[in-house]
Amino acid sequence: MIVGRREAWTGRLLLVLLMAVTIMPFVSLFVTALHPSGSYPSGLEWPRDPQWGNFVKAFQAAQMVELVKSSTLIVLGVVPISLLLGTLAGFAIGHLRMAGRNVVFLVFVLGLTLPFEGVITPLYYQVRDMGLLNTRWAIILPLIGLYMPFAVFWMRAHFVNMPDELSESARMDGANVWQLFWRIHVPLAMPALSSLAILLFLWTWNQFLLAIVLVDDPLKRTMSGALGAFQGQWGTDMPLLCAGSLLILAPTLVIFLIFQRRFVTALLQGSLKG
Amino acid sequence: MTRPTPDSAVASSATGPGPAAVTGKRSPARAAGLRTPRWVGWLFVAPALAVYAVFVLRPIALTVQYSMYRWDGIGPSTWAGLDNYVEVFTDPDLFASILNAVKLIVFFSAIPVVLGLAIASTIRRIATSRLALVARTVLFLPQVIPLVAAGIAWSWLLSSTGLVNQLLTYVGLGGVARAWLGDFSTALPAVGVIGAWVLLGLCTILLLSGMSKIDPALYEAARMDGAGPLREFVSITVPSLRQEIGVCVTVTVIAALASFDIVYVSTQGGPGNATMVPGLEIYYLAFSERQVGMASALAVVLMALVILVALPIQWLTKDRTS
Repeated sequence: MIVGRREAWTGRLLLVLLMAVTIMPFVSLFVTALHPSGSYPSGLEWPRDPQWGNFVKAFQAAQMVELVKSSTLIVLGVVPISLLLGTLAGFAIGHLRMAGRNVVFLVFVLGLTLPFEGVITPLYYQVRDMGLLNTRWAIILPLIGLYMPFAVFWMRAHFVNMPDELSESARMDGANVWQLFWRIHVPLAMPALSSLAILLFLWTWNQFLLAIVLVDDPLKRTMSGALGAFQGQWGTDMPLLCAGSLLILAPTLVIFLIFQRRFVTALLQGSLKG
Repeated sequence: MTRPTPDSAVASSATGPGPAAVTGKRSPARAAGLRTPRWVGWLFVAPALAVYAVFVLRPIALTVQYSMYRWDGIGPSTWAGLDNYVEVFTDPDLFASILNAVKLIVFFSAIPVVLGLAIASTIRRIATSRLALVARTVLFLPQVIPLVAAGIAWSWLLSSTGLVNQLLTYVGLGGVARAWLGDFSTALPAVGVIGAWVLLGLCTILLLSGMSKIDPALYEAARMDGAGPLREFVSITVPSLRQEIGVCVTVTVIAALASFDIVYVSTQGGPGNATMVPGLEIYYLAFSERQVGMASALAVVLMALVILVALPIQWLTKDRTS
């Protein structure tokens, strides 16, 4: 196919422009973070004497080590359990096709678009009555429930496309339902599972509302919730706030850059299915 | 006809003769393969259903219940019937928050989708180049970072001494420079710009990947019939992307109606109530003003609004051919 040269060049130009706009906030954070702590730099201006020490200062002020630990614990609580429960339910609805599956599926689908703000008030009282307020469980348990619609929806979409013949031959060889699930279907579901894991990781790590409502101590929150607290504490010190923000968004950024292809595919599929 | 595919069986079951028909026509081989008693599936669903019931279904029911009471969250509550709902729609401040969320749709949804379509169709021809591959990664960055970080970065860019004003001054528009998030007339659009920044990349790439599935022969045929780029766009690109556009619109509209993080960080609803959105109002009402009933009524309205908006979009853009 003949490509119009002018068209291609407009495309390239537009693409570069778009990337510039996307990166600009990060550049601005970075440059501002290098200005002397407590100063009010104007716009984008490379400082005469870059204060690399700001990152060390912010690292200590935000207690980064603790924060990463806390977020990791929360992710480790949420993601594996959500994957397991979602896979079990998706398998039953999509492949075992038990009676009443359509009603169950519909009930789950109704939760797909639920804004978390809609249930945050009763969640607060419920978590309080369970005695879990200000613990990481206050974030972990509700998140597992809130992610169920998507996890079930996602895994059902995978299992519904698995050929019945596969299960038939396994059953001929004498496998029971659990063996069929665990030995045959879970290994085959790995691509779907890993994409789901990536999405759940991202959403948990970046969860803000639950963190600020249910947990007071920033050190027991997710990264995102901790950043909110950091802003409250250091909001007037622009360079330090910028350095802190960069540090707090660094972990997801690094993981994203390492697994970028997986991420992009997962996010694309995720929004297409959702 | 052999047997319906699992997909179509489940998809049609809501309206058509789904499960019954499947059972009737089941082939012998499949009956042997699924000799499991049908209730066994429920054991697999039970754990997921349990957490979902405890942490989502019950809170939804409780929100509805709370919304009919006047309650400060501590003392006794009194029955209020639908008073809270009447208040949500008549109190100027509360209703303004809903209107603000609707206005945000223009920025969160209309701009990313329209601009995304324009950009995607312009760069369609170089979609496989190395530049485009790099762009895929870069444009996804806003999706990966916490919205809180986006809020902080943009509050700084849009502040009175920020980069935006610096650029405006540079091109000779220093007169309009201001603290964009602090000005009554520009605060809401400024918040909208942050949302547009977050969602533009996602929409562009989603639409671009949809375009890559369009048969190039269609475009060649159109070119031979003398169609220009605009005609191509209207007659081929947009109709073929129905499903992708539907996804973009749904995702972004929900993001606008349920916005919280960005507003909380950048303006906290201010100045005055200029950028107050339902999500933030619920948070304030429930946890600082101790009006749990009112917060819950607003929450119910918000949930209903999201479903009311999302369902028709899904229905309109559903791919009926597959």
